[in-house]
Order: sequence, then C-alpha cells, then structure tokens
Amino acid sequence: MLRIFRKNKNKPGAVQDVQLRPAEQSGLDPLEQRLEDTRRQLGKRLGALLTGRSSIDEDLLDEIETTLITSDIGVQAALEIVENLRAGISNRVITEPKQVLPAVQAELFELIEPCEQFLAVDEGKKPFVIFMVGVNGAGKTTTIGKLAQRFKEDGLSVMLAAGDTFRAAAVEQLKSWGERNDIPVVAQNTGADSAAVIFDALQSAKARNIDVLIADTAGRLHTQHNLMEELKKINRVMGRIDPEAPHETMLVVDAGTGQNAVNQAREFNQAVGLTGITITKLDGTARGGVLFGIAHELGIPIRFIGVGEAAKDLRPFDAGSFVNAILPID
Amino acid sequence: MFENLTERLSRTVQQLRGKGRLTEDGIRETLREVRIALLEADVALPVVQTFISAVREKALGQEILKSLTPGQAMVKLVHDELVKIMGVENEALDLKAQPPVAVLMAGLQGSGKTTTTAKLARRLIEQEKKRVMVVSCDIYRPAAIEQLKTLAGQVGAVFQPSTVSQKPADIAREAVAEARRQMCDVLLVDSAGRLHVDEEMMAEIREVHAAINPHETLFVVDAMTGQDAANTASAFNDALPLTGIVLTKTDGDARGGAALSVRHITGKPVKFLGSGEKTDALQPFHPERVASRILGMGDVLSLVEEVHRKVDHQEAEKLVKKIRRGRGFDLEDFKSQMEQMQNMGGLGSLVDKLPGMSNLPDQVKSQVDDRQTRQMIAIINSMTPHERRFPDVIRGSRKKRIAMGSGTQIQAVNRLLKQHSQMQRMMKKMGKGGMAKMMRKVGNLQGQLPPGKLPGGKMPF
Ligand SMILES: Nc1nc2c(ncn2[C@@H]2O[C@H](COP(=O)(O)OP(=O)(O)OP(=O)(O)O)[C@@H](O)[C@H]2O)c(=O)[nH]1
Ligand SMILES: Nc1nc2c(ncn2[C@@H]2O[C@H](COP(=O)(O)OP(=O)(O)OP(=O)(O)O)[C@@H](O)[C@H]2O)c(=O)[nH]1
Ligand SMILES: [Mg+2]
Ligand SMILES: [Mg+2]
Repeated sequence: MLRIFRKNKNKPGAVQDVQLRPAEQSGLDPLEQRLEDTRRQLGKRLGALLTGRSSIDEDLLDEIETTLITSDIGVQAALEIVENLRAGISNRVITEPKQVLPAVQAELFELIEPCEQFLAVDEGKKPFVIFMVGVNGAGKTTTIGKLAQRFKEDGLSVMLAAGDTFRAAAVEQLKSWGERNDIPVVAQNTGADSAAVIFDALQSAKARNIDVLIADTAGRLHTQHNLMEELKKINRVMGRIDPEAPHETMLVVDAGTGQNAVNQAREFNQAVGLTGITITKLDGTARGGVLFGIAHELGIPIRFIGVGEAAKDLRPFDAGSFVNAILPID
Repeated sequence: MFENLTERLSRTVQQLRGKGRLTEDGIRETLREVRIALLEADVALPVVQTFISAVREKALGQEILKSLTPGQAMVKLVHDELVKIMGVENEALDLKAQPPVAVLMAGLQGSGKTTTTAKLARRLIEQEKKRVMVVSCDIYRPAAIEQLKTLAGQVGAVFQPSTVSQKPADIAREAVAEARRQMCDVLLVDSAGRLHVDEEMMAEIREVHAAINPHETLFVVDAMTGQDAANTASAFNDALPLTGIVLTKTDGDARGGAALSVRHITGKPVKFLGSGEKTDALQPFHPERVASRILGMGDVLSLVEEVHRKVDHQEAEKLVKKIRRGRGFDLEDFKSQMEQMQNMGGLGSLVDKLPGMSNLPDQVKSQVDDRQTRQMIAIINSMTPHERRFPDVIRGSRKKRIAMGSGTQIQAVNRLLKQHSQMQRMMKKMGKGGMAKMMRKVGNLQGQLPPGKLPGGKMPF
C-alpha cells in the first residue's frame, strides 16, 4: 500500500524553544512574494529583449546564456543549450523571438522532469527508514524536522534518530524538533557511535510499530574517506535488523552550492546509493541549476525543495515551476 | 580546494608557455579558456566578465604581442590580475582598539559562523594570549546558543549566556558591557544565519551592528558557493560595513571560485580560511599564494609556515637526513610521521598544498585519516623496536601478538604493513625532490624566523 506525500497544510507548530522569525510572525506569507519577485526580475530582463523585436538577436541569446550560467547550471551546459538554440535558428526550426524561451524551457523540462518523483512511504515497511546524508550545513536536520511534521500530519507515527553524534549541540537541535512535533527522538551523547544510535533507534521503532524512522547524520564532506566509510557502516548495521533498510537514502543539497554539488551527489551515491534528493534554501536568490547536472549524470529522484526555516517550508519538487524559476517566462 | 581551476589554467598556460609567438587569435582563444575555467570554478559571472576584459585590454595592448616570450607575459598578466582581485598580502584581524574589541559574524544559513566563532576564539586565546568572550545572538535556530556554549567550553572562551526571549541587539549590547566588566580583550558576536533578501532579518543585523559598533564585521561564506555568491556578497556588503571575509569548508574539493567573487564584489579582504570541522582548522589567508596556486605553482609558503609551527624540527631533520642518506623509511619513522601529520590536521591538508601533489591517488591520501591513524599508531606501539626497524620479520605469530596487543585484527596489521610499504615507495620517489627538501627547509628556517613571520610573496624554492 503506497501513500503519496500530501501537500502541505501550512499549520504553524507551537514553538517554545526558539523565536519565530519576523517573516513568520507577521502571518502573511512574504515568502511567496519573494520567490515571485526573484523570478519576475529575471523574467523582466529576458522579456525586455523580446518585446518589440521581430528578429532573434545576439542580445537575447547572450541574456539566455547569462541567465543559465548564473543559475549554476554549469558553463558547458549553458553553452551547449545556446548552441542548440543557434542550430535551431539556422535550421529555421525557431523563427520568431517568442519561440526562443519556450524552446529552452522545453529542453530543461525534458531533462529534469523524469526526476520529479514524490517520496512514497510504503506502509508495508515498518518502519519505513529514511537516511539523511549531506555535506556540512546543507540543511539535513532542519529537513528532518520538516518531514517529521508533515508525516505526522499525514497520520503516520514518526521517530527520529540522532545520528549526528559529532557536532556540538546537534543532538539538542534534533531533540528540539522532536519536542515541537511531539515525536520521540532516540539519542545518545555527543561522541557516541553513530551506527549504534541508529541501530538502537531502528530496534526501538520496530518494537513500537513506528511507521517512519528518520535518521540524522553528521554533515561530512564527500572527500572525507573515513566519514564516507562510516556512512557505509551505518547502512550495514541497519541491514542487520532490516535487510531492506534504509528505504530512502536522501541527499540534502544547499541551493547555493555551485558545481561542487555534482561531486557531492556522485560521491554520496557511490558510497550509500542515493534514492532521493532534497534541495534546500531555495527561498533566497540561488536557483539550484546544478540539479540539472545531477539529473543528467545520475538521474536521482528529486523529492522536495526547502523554502525556509520553519516546519512548513518544505514542498514536493515540481519540475515545471522549477524550470520556470531557472529561466522565467514573464 | 582550488585544484581544478589550477589544473585547467595551468594546462592553458602550459600551452602558452611553449609558444614563441602569440597572435591576437591566440589571445582570444586563451581568454575563452580562462573564462570557462573561471566559470567552472564557480567564479560569479560578473566577476569573470570584469576579469576577462581587464586581461584582454592589457593583452591586446602593447606589451604581450611585442614581448619576446608572450606565453610568459600572458601567464604573468593572468597572475597579476588574479592578485589584483585577491589583494596582495594577508590582512590580519585588526584588534587595535579599546578593549573589549567587538567582532561581529554574519552570513547565510549554515555557512559556518558559529564554528568559525569558536575557531577564532581558540586562535586568539592560544596564539595571541587574548581573553576572549563569545555570545550568541541566534534566537531562531534550535539549540544555536547551546552549540556556541559547548564550543566555548571546548576552546576556553568566556561564554556570555543569552536567551531566545531577548532581542539580538540587546544581547550584543549587554555582552559588550559584560566583556568590559570581565576585562575581556575581545568579544566575538555570533549571529543567526539569514538570507540577504529577508529584509526584516537584514534590518535586525544592522541593529545589532549599530548597538555595538564592532571593530570587525566578518562575512562568513561557504567555499562551495556558486554563482549566488555575487548576490549575497553584494547585499551583505550593502547592509553592513564589512571589514573582512572568512571562507569556510575549503577542506573539500570545491573549486573555490567564491573567494574571487566575494573578494571582488565586496572589495574586502579574505582574512581566514576554514579547513575542517575542528576548532583548530582555521588558517590566515594569503591571497598572493592563492594566485600562484591557481596557476599551478603550489602553495608552498603556507605549507612551510604551517609545518614550521607544528612539526617537531628535530624529528623532521632526522627524517630528512635519513632519507637523504638513502636509508629506509622504517615503521618508527612512519609512526613519527603520522603523529606529526595528526598535528597538522591530516595528510589531506598537507598534500593539498604541495605543487604537483594533487595527482597523488586519492587512495593514498585518504589512507591517513584520523581514526585510522590513531589505530595505526597503536599497532606500531605494540611492536618491538626490532620489528619496527625491520618490518619484514613480522609474520604469522608476531602479527597475532601485535594485533592482540593493540586491540585490533590481523587484517589491520596487514593493512598497516601494506600502507607502510606504499609510503616507503613514495618517500623514495620524493627523497630527492619535494618532501625531503621541504623538511630540510623547515629545519633551516628554525631559529631564523619567528613562526608565522615568513616573508610573503616569494616562493622560497
Ligand atoms: N532559508 C533557509 N534556511 C534553511 C533551509 N533549510 C535549512 N536552513 C537553515 O540552514 C542552517 C543549517 O541547517 P541544518 O539543518 O542545521 O543543516 P545540517 O545539514 O543538519 O547541518 P550539519 O548537521 O551541521 O551538517 C540552519 O540555520 C537552518 O535553519 C531552507 O530551506 N531555507
Ligand atoms: N568541513 C568543514 N566543515 C565546516 C567548516 N566550518 C564549519 N563547518 C561545518 O558546517 C556546519 C555548519 O556550521 P555552523 O557553524 O553551525 O554554521 P552557522 O553559519 O553557524 O549556521 P547557522 O547558525 O544555522 O546559520 C557544521 O557541520 C560545521 O561543523 C569547515 O571549515 N570545514
Ligand atoms: Mg545536522
Ligand atoms: Mg550558527
């Protein structure tokens, strides 16, 4: 039996241990406005090159190249796309300025659409184990907090495992998310063995018939061999209790990251076999174009986007609106 | 870090070096390559554009085309332009003010502000013998204050408590008073991560700044940042009178173009590099060296400096002599080397800085990681002096004894022996070149120069 992750209900949690940011306190959602503003600005620049022109000129192609490069799509990809466009124009497949942007969007969409795959929690697996990995500060712990709240709202029982036993106050941070959502957190002290904590949590989740277990891990750079080995070990240890666990291994990527995100995805995938990606911090001006490179090379499903620091700020990944934010049509 | 840009540019530049004559087409083609290389290294597009047009202007102007060695001249041009962006010498933290000198940390979410606060505190306490207070104005992120408190305890800084019900500006203001009362030399103020487009949060940090008028305001930025570095750097620079930049997470394989972007856009110097999660992983940033490194000359100077500070010179000298005399590199040497490398934050960070060493197989680099290193040292400790000197004698029952003595498995002993013989081979190769020379240099420098005071700018060898 599969349950598709439902859309967010925007329920603000009762938060005592931290302050709500001003934007969250005000009740209105300036986020939507902000996301819209960023998109609009780019759209305007491109739009200005379309209006009142009857032929496709170099300025437009340059602006497209610039818009793509500044989205972090990667310079080679951007050059290639513009080359294709030129070919299309000289073949007279594209003849009018207004055909240009949709043509590029279509190309981008085609690349990323196959990765739009919602995370389906298989309720036959008890617990359904989600293993969160990623580089330092990407947003793993916060994303866990957001996921936990949403699963709970979906009527699933959730447990968290404080697998980050390294960073100062990482355990407290996760516990605080647990308390907010009234969700049990299995933890030991800082310095404990991460695999042991997660093993305990899995055992306890099984015993308590929990639906979803989400395991946090310490941030690590994909170049740190020993820490990547540690992730493999955690995987093996989980496998002793449930050979199918983890059911989802999710890489968390910061949208602000440049081309390094492709290395991250490659290395984490090689170490623990990624099944999903969440891209965080899309509420700024970073557009996360590097996902195209990851999609192209690895084709890993993209599950969610993070658009803020509150529990509600998580959305299922939508290829169409993602593409329209990379290269907006006004 | 920086390797890929280095490789790319050095390839282009190498091609140029071979060329006797440089045509206008040649210059154009080279600049195209440089543009792509910089973009691939995540340098922000506007910065790349400025850079390229500056180089083009000069290249097409008189000098290059007339020069007898245009390849060299072109290399110099690119190098000089990089230096021009990055600045010439390291700019240290300016603490010349009435104590307590306040330093405010600002930046995006997760960039490394809290960790860097602790690293800076440790540095000031250990190397400059300052009395340092830290305080957190992060009332938003769960357990943020707790995080700083723990770190403060680890590095021996005075921790000024704060609570989430206080206003950040009030927290900062009170901390200044408290630092004065407790006779602290420096007050480091950590702040919550914020997006440059969040107007209320940007207003809040401006308020904090106004409340304490810090002597230094550091923008903390992740070395993995891509094109968005341009937007964020300019917004933070507009909102706050920044005095410097800290580039974090340089220990990975990011190409580090953000350093160029942020420096160029803000006009403020990169003062430190964060190179690990531990509180000692912070280095002063030397821009001139980075320009050389980007062009493939290796950051030998900062390596020498670091080695100089941390290596036991007698040990180093002994090792060098041995290698020079062509004698074997035994397990005792291996152990002392591992201990020294541990002191320096692992082989990875060492290898990173040596010219031409980025080609060392990852496998070799990664073999010396922390936990493993500790285990390996334990294994060697369980050997007899004879075994250490002549590892070949270590067979069956000896292996078992050593494994038991060190609380490890026979496989671990085997692995160690294999790695040692690999290292031995590597040392042999380097015997005449890099490592031995470097170690000797360190030996020579001893007593001549105070640590950290090497003449900047020139490559020592
Ligand atoms: N604006 C914004 N901030 C986010 C988002 N997701 C996470 N953050 C913030 O990013 C910072 C780091 O988030 P964490 O969840 O602690 O990141 P992490 O990957 O667990 O970090 P480590 O465990 O230290 O590696 C925090 O300040 C979060 O509030 C997002 O979608 N948007
Ligand atoms: N590898 C590496 N990790 C680092 C470095 N500096 C910080 N980190 C890690 O990056 C993550 C985020 O660091 P923090 O200091 O919590 O970042 P912050 O800017 O205070 O985050 P917020 O307060 O949430 O905005 C942690 O996991 C740190 O251990 C560095 O130089 N190298
Ligand atoms: Mg975390
Ligand atoms: Mg912080």
